[in-house]
Amino acid sequence: HKITSSCKHEATLSSTNQKAACSRSPGTMPGPYRETDLTEKVEAFLSDLKRGGSGTGPLRGSAETARETTALLRRITAQVRWSSAGDLMEVIRKEGRRMSAAQPSETTVGNMIRRVLKIIREEYARSRGSSEEADQQESLHKLLTSGGLSEENFRQYFTALKANVIEAINELLTELEGTTDNIAMQALEHIHSNEVIMTIGRSRTVEAFLKDAARKRKFHVIVAECAPFCQGHEMATSLSKDGIETTVITDAAIFAVMSRVNKVIIGTQTVLANGGLRAVNGTHTLALAAKHHSTPLIVCAPMFKLSPQFPNEEDTFHKFVSPHEVLPFTEGEILSKVNVHCPVFDYVPPELITLFISNIGGHAPSYIYRLMSELYHPEDHEL
Amino acid sequence: MQIEGKELTKEEKQRLRKEKKQQKKGKEKKDASLPQVSVAETAAPASQLKAERRARQEAERTSKQSKKGDTGQPATTSKPKIPPNELQPGTQNTWSDHPHHMLYLIKQWLSPEIFFFQIPRRLDYGYKVSLFSHLLQYSRKAPLTQQLSIPSAVIHPAIVRLGLQYSQGIVAGSNARSIALLHAFKQVISDYTTPSNEELSRDLVNKLKPYISFLNQCRPLSASMGNAIKYIKKEISNIPSQFKEDDAKKKLLNCIECFIEEKIVLAAKAIAKSSIEKINDGDVILVYGCSSLVNHILCEAFEKGRKFRVIVVDSRPRLEGREALRRLVQKGISCTYVLISAVSYILPEVSKVFLGAHALLANGYVMSRVGTSQIALVAKAFNVPVLVCCETYKFCERVQTDSFVSNELDDPDDLIVTRKGETQLKDWQQVPRLGLLNLVYDVTPPDFVDLVITDLGMIPCTSVPVVLRVKNVDLL
Repeated sequence: HKITSSCKHEATLSSTNQKAACSRSPGTMPGPYRETDLTEKVEAFLSDLKRGGSGTGPLRGSAETARETTALLRRITAQVRWSSAGDLMEVIRKEGRRMSAAQPSETTVGNMIRRVLKIIREEYARSRGSSEEADQQESLHKLLTSGGLSEENFRQYFTALKANVIEAINELLTELEGTTDNIAMQALEHIHSNEVIMTIGRSRTVEAFLKDAARKRKFHVIVAECAPFCQGHEMATSLSKDGIETTVITDAAIFAVMSRVNKVIIGTQTVLANGGLRAVNGTHTLALAAKHHSTPLIVCAPMFKLSPQFPNEEDTFHKFVSPHEVLPFTEGEILSKVNVHCPVFDYVPPELITLFISNIGGHAPSYIYRLMSELYHPEDHEL
Repeated sequence: MQIEGKELTKEEKQRLRKEKKQQKKGKEKKDASLPQVSVAETAAPASQLKAERRARQEAERTSKQSKKGDTGQPATTSKPKIPPNELQPGTQNTWSDHPHHMLYLIKQWLSPEIFFFQIPRRLDYGYKVSLFSHLLQYSRKAPLTQQLSIPSAVIHPAIVRLGLQYSQGIVAGSNARSIALLHAFKQVISDYTTPSNEELSRDLVNKLKPYISFLNQCRPLSASMGNAIKYIKKEISNIPSQFKEDDAKKKLLNCIECFIEEKIVLAAKAIAKSSIEKINDGDVILVYGCSSLVNHILCEAFEKGRKFRVIVVDSRPRLEGREALRRLVQKGISCTYVLISAVSYILPEVSKVFLGAHALLANGYVMSRVGTSQIALVAKAFNVPVLVCCETYKFCERVQTDSFVSNELDDPDDLIVTRKGETQLKDWQQVPRLGLLNLVYDVTPPDFVDLVITDLGMIPCTSVPVVLRVKNVDLL
């Protein structure tokens, strides 16, 4: 069969089961062409991820990355040969590992993969007719009485599984498209008039949030520029063009002006499993200053940023970029004798955060672990 | 224009005074907010005469530039609004016209000293953030001395140079500014000659007032400069009247030398000695920006053989930390360099934080470069001790609880940066609701500071008023 030749060529997309021919949904192109087309897309995506690590943020926002990842996973589901859910999960896990390894700091990729894996499990369980909750009870009681986790090898074959999975992924995509709008819609409940709001760096979610509130309320925004990338400048120009009174301050002035700030609203790169944040550098200082003045700290983060990682991996938490952003090469003679660090992220512990606003509503940081258990299956936490 | 000679006849003086009064009444109808003229008018007659003479001299010089208005309106007591450009007729249409026009120019400027001595006011630049609209915001590019018509007649050239150095940031840092100020005053004093009928102790103080206003215009005075000026004024007024001029000048120069030597140089040595006890081998010390005192301490400690490494934290837009970095690396100290946004990342490695101060306020707050309070805050959160090094001459009687009421706003254009060929804030002036804020100082609450090292010893932050009281008792 022609598939075997292309299988050798694309070793990563190995799917061994010949019976998969009957599970192919009608309308897909047979032959090696579609598989190369798929791998091309995957490779292009991976190289985009790798390139996007320069520190100013990925080449696209996290929402776009999440959408692209999900679209790619949908393609893989549709085009790769698989016969049972277990095979599909293997394929997706393998691809997922490659994608996460391309840019470890881009956690939305891993999150989407885990979401899709959870979707597959759910669909499988539904097809089997059993309710999902029974399989996922993590309580000690269940563990003891059921004698260990149920042996689930996902080997059964269902005809409609593929269609169901693809439909569920489509729903996920629709959800992803609406996240920013969902968050922005809640803006009026949190911002009153004549407020002074502080933010740091540039977050598209926060931008949409503030612009939505500005349609009905008048308030003042202070943007900390977040050196050395100075993305705060872009944020400030964009907000002021929409008619919001904006002031740009340097990072050093955050504590100085904090006493006049009513709320701090920030975005983040990742929400960690304990409710902490991995956000742009300078956010920890901002959070400490807000705590000192008892100013509420609100984090606008869509659900796809929630990641099952914990912040205790010292080596892998931080990401560094070229130190020439901090001390340029023109400083010649002293460069060789000095260590220069340019970290990109900061860890913000959950005690400093007041509220998370996500597309499904507002939550306290102590509730994040529950949300996580709804989104991801515990066995998928390690891809 | 005829030059009438340096002496006024009595009637001319009287007429001048009358015309000035009428001008003033007319001006008061126009804008009711210039009481300075009355202040000036009630000044001692001697200085008023002198001012008039000087005003006349200026009038002769500016007569080429000033336009002559209509010679209309009678100069009598009818009180219509006299437009300032119209000049009143006199029997002589010469120099007597010009003082009025020039007086009008003078009245535009605010303070009484400025009224007499024509120091131009710097214009505000750019959109000011509403919270700080009570402060002045200047552009470094706008020329400062262009409006100064004849600087040498009124302001000593050494002071003009100093003012320019301040405004351009060439002389920066509170110790440097104070020392430069004292040197400039030494120059002024040695060039000074007492005019006849004047006492040196009173006249010199009056002479210094416009210089100080000018320097204040260039860049607001720091607390250390304020204390230095207070000391000099006290020394000058304490000069007994029997002293001959040369002796008096020598004594004053000596006093200034003493001040610099005791309060700045020796104090630095004393502080370095105390601080070295606090630096242990293997320490990782964090410093912020460029404080001459902290750099001195670290260099001394390194020479004494302590083994430590330094982390220099810097912030935009001044990037003073690079200067500190250069000085420390030259000595051979191993350094790390980060920006202030990375402070939370680097603090777990740090064992002590050494900060410099611009002034210590009487309620225990530390006024220092913007960003210092932030570093103290994060250090407190990580339980790292914070030590502030400050000479006693920087202690000041003011009290302040936040960084808004009394601060300095720097040129807002400094925030603009070009990255990857794009300058986001290039046209920030055109965007209607966008403001840039470039603060210079901030205040650190005393609960963040663990120890203050001064030349009088190591004290907690709350003991500052005690030191002030002790110092004042000493000076009496």
